[in-house]
Amino acid sequence: MIRGTIVVANEICKGCELCITSCPQESLGLSDRINSIGYRYIVLVKDNCTGCVNCALVCPEAAITVYREKKSALKARESAFVASGGLSV
Amino acid sequence: MQTTTIPPEMDLVYRRPDTLTQTPMHYCPGCGHGVTHKILMEVVDELGIQEQTVGVAPVGCSVFAYNYMNVDMQEAAHGRASAVATGIKRILPDRFVFSYQGDGDLAAIGTGETIHTVNRGENILVVFINNAIYGMTGGQMAPTTLLGMVTSTTPFGRESQVMGFPLKITDLVAQLPGAYYVTRQAVHSPTAVRKAKKAFRHALEYQKLNKGTCFIEIVSNCPAGWKMTPVEANEWMEKNMFPAYPLGDLKVPK
Repeated sequence: MIRGTIVVANEICKGCELCITSCPQESLGLSDRINSIGYRYIVLVKDNCTGCVNCALVCPEAAITVYREKKSALKARESAFVASGGLSV
Repeated sequence: MQTTTIPPEMDLVYRRPDTLTQTPMHYCPGCGHGVTHKILMEVVDELGIQEQTVGVAPVGCSVFAYNYMNVDMQEAAHGRASAVATGIKRILPDRFVFSYQGDGDLAAIGTGETIHTVNRGENILVVFINNAIYGMTGGQMAPTTLLGMVTSTTPFGRESQVMGFPLKITDLVAQLPGAYYVTRQAVHSPTAVRKAKKAFRHALEYQKLNKGTCFIEIVSNCPAGWKMTPVEANEWMEKNMFPAYPLGDLKVPK
């Protein structure tokens, strides 16, 4: 599966949790820390992010930046997996 | 803004639009205004019309919209945003002009301006955020408040005998010959956000054709006014607001 990651602007996140409910991979959660405006901000709690952009679309603060791995990196990872004797992903 | 090093094999797929300023928004957590600002500015970015766009900010929660949208903005008196936008468009017909108004602004004090602007077929985009409540002043009943809905001025729910029925102003303006494109969208889910963004894009593109007013209603939430968490507010909106204000296009160009 394609891998992605997000970067959250912690200081403007208000912890509304809309991104948590919109994440199909359930990879988001609230942090244990609070930011300077008094909210628990969003963090990635699992490493299964696919970079689907759903969280960033519903974010009212536009606090989320989304990155996704290049197709070539996915292909390289897949062929390495197959070469190591695993099944095709 | 936080900066983190990103692995070199990663591509940037989504970021805050350039036309949205770096100012943190004052809206309550989960408010639909933020998403609407964001997608409107994304469309302005994509069309490359930042320098030709003029916005008119209303009175209401989005009164500080000019702090967040990095386009030319003008503040209007309560309810008069569409009238001010008319003036701007007539003086500067080559600009893309939009007014951004809430339900207390557009559907209560500004009903006359709204209806006559659309009836004259002014070539502007009217963005109408409907959250069925006066959010800024403390959650009082608005004309769009649903029947039976509890607000701070209707503690036992809105009654039609005393307070009338919810005003569906979008359906009203869709009947007018001056309206070119009238649609009702929402911004509560990724799918809805994508559709709403498409509607904004169409509306700004149609403005070049000089055919009439584009009117986009965004059915939004008000977690603070409804006394709910943002997630509960979105669920409540899906259950109660969407039957009263069904999403979809009300008037599309032939």
